[in-house]
Amino acid sequence: MAAARNSFSMFPLGDSAVLAEFGTSLDLEVNARLQRLAEAVRAKGLPWICDIVPALGSLALHFDPARVPAGLDPVAAAEGLLKDCLRVGLAARRARPVSLEVPVCYDAEFAPDLDEVAKLVKLTVDEVVRRHAAPGHCVLMMGFAPGQPYIGGLDAALAVPRRATPRTRVPAGSVAIANAQTAVYPFEISGGWNVIGRTPLKVFDVTRDPAALFVPGMSVRFVAITRAEYERRRAP
Amino acid sequence: MTLRVLRPGLYTTVQDLGRYGLQHLGVVPCGAMDAVAHRLANALVGNEPGAATLECTVIGPELQFEQAALVALCGAAFEATLEGEAMPQNRPVLLPAGARLRVGRTLRGVRGYLAVAGGICVPAVLGSRSTYVPATYGGLEGRALRVGDVIALAAAAPALAAARFARLRNARTAARFRSTGWHVEAMTLPSGATIAVRAMEGRHYAEFDAGSKRAFFDATWRISQDSNRMGFRLLGPALVRRSSGELLSEPTCLGTVQAPADGSVIVLMADHQTTGGYPKIAEVAGADVALLSQLAPGGGLRFARCSAGEARDALRGLHAKIESIIRGIELQYGG
Repeated sequence: MAAARNSFSMFPLGDSAVLAEFGTSLDLEVNARLQRLAEAVRAKGLPWICDIVPALGSLALHFDPARVPAGLDPVAAAEGLLKDCLRVGLAARRARPVSLEVPVCYDAEFAPDLDEVAKLVKLTVDEVVRRHAAPGHCVLMMGFAPGQPYIGGLDAALAVPRRATPRTRVPAGSVAIANAQTAVYPFEISGGWNVIGRTPLKVFDVTRDPAALFVPGMSVRFVAITRAEYERRRAP
Repeated sequence: MTLRVLRPGLYTTVQDLGRYGLQHLGVVPCGAMDAVAHRLANALVGNEPGAATLECTVIGPELQFEQAALVALCGAAFEATLEGEAMPQNRPVLLPAGARLRVGRTLRGVRGYLAVAGGICVPAVLGSRSTYVPATYGGLEGRALRVGDVIALAAAAPALAAARFARLRNARTAARFRSTGWHVEAMTLPSGATIAVRAMEGRHYAEFDAGSKRAFFDATWRISQDSNRMGFRLLGPALVRRSSGELLSEPTCLGTVQAPADGSVIVLMADHQTTGGYPKIAEVAGADVALLSQLAPGGGLRFARCSAGEARDALRGLHAKIESIIRGIELQYGG
């Protein structure tokens, strides 16, 4: 099992990055190992690797072309590097980094897609909220926009596809579901996921350290709050 | 030392060479769309390649310099005037105190880079001065320039301007400014109505049907109006992927060519998302991204197939050429 999870295929992403694919469907164990593998590569501190990006089932290494040593084939070197890290063994997962309570106001005004989701999954709106606010969510990866988490662990009964037509403007803090995951939009952005609520928390703030509220591996609990509570807790 | 924005232009932002190292947090790289022109502009005023410049788009700003400044404008060809007198591009220009520089409209290309000796002095955010408008950080308050903005330049900018210009060989004096008798070539201007952009097959290329695979490299694509610093949408044949399966979200790159299910095609540019779930039909060669960034909506391009090895060689070649031009500029500075 462990051996299977150590096997990967390499795909160049253009001339300055390479993708190592460990799986084509979501496997939580693989996903967690990718975060640890990214840490192991980061610890090597190689100057020609400028970005290490673990995702759901794959990990990308971006090269700084100006710093790739002369004569080095970066794709072959990256493959060797990943194999080395996996052979030596990945450091044990740090104690679950932290857990985070995310207050969410599920009022209709903040949840333009909640009725449609409820109809689609044949549950009442209250039941959709109750199931979304159940424990067991976990941040799988960060991506798309600064500080945006992809959060797994959504109740299987709430699995809905992306909206056929993305919304051109989704407000900051919007909590949205699709593909059995939850995303929280860090700022106003276009998005194709189904918006079912809004959090008053600031998802990404460059004046804060760390800027990102969410961290991969973090367990997340959504907590339903009233509109009044939302206004009270809203970041200034 | 400051410069005042009399007119902001269409979309003028502060950019440098980008915000790298934080893509695992979703932090978008940003940076100059035409990094080649950005580097040349900096070299021409004696700056490091990573100093912040003003990226001008289609219609440039009108700026007033409080004190003397050494500037260079590279990239797209603009009308550029100083109090009515044509200002030459692609060379250092010494402006007197109070000079009003009107960048004007582009004549060819889309994006120009105005470098000032000492750089544009905005605070670095997450390691870069590049503006990221969607999240309102970087550059000047995370936004494009507005009328009345006052932008900080280096306190020593006037002294740097005088000292650096004094070292330049072959200086010439015009009515409203001083410049040089030499210039560097503009390396990224589109050569004609339709340009060739080198691209590698993307990792999902084989999943498209035979007609789509042929069409991708045979068709003339046009840049859609619906294009920006995040991505260029291309108009052309609808592409059909044989498998309809959803993909797991995975990392994307500058130059990744996505082909969503509706048959459209999007090339990811400087402000691109760090990850995405659309199939990757191709990847634009790094050496041709700057050239592509100078193509206006309506402009045409064809993708010329190349291998990853050829693309890496082309990128090394481009960097060597830039380095050689920068060494030439340093010689003009007596270095």
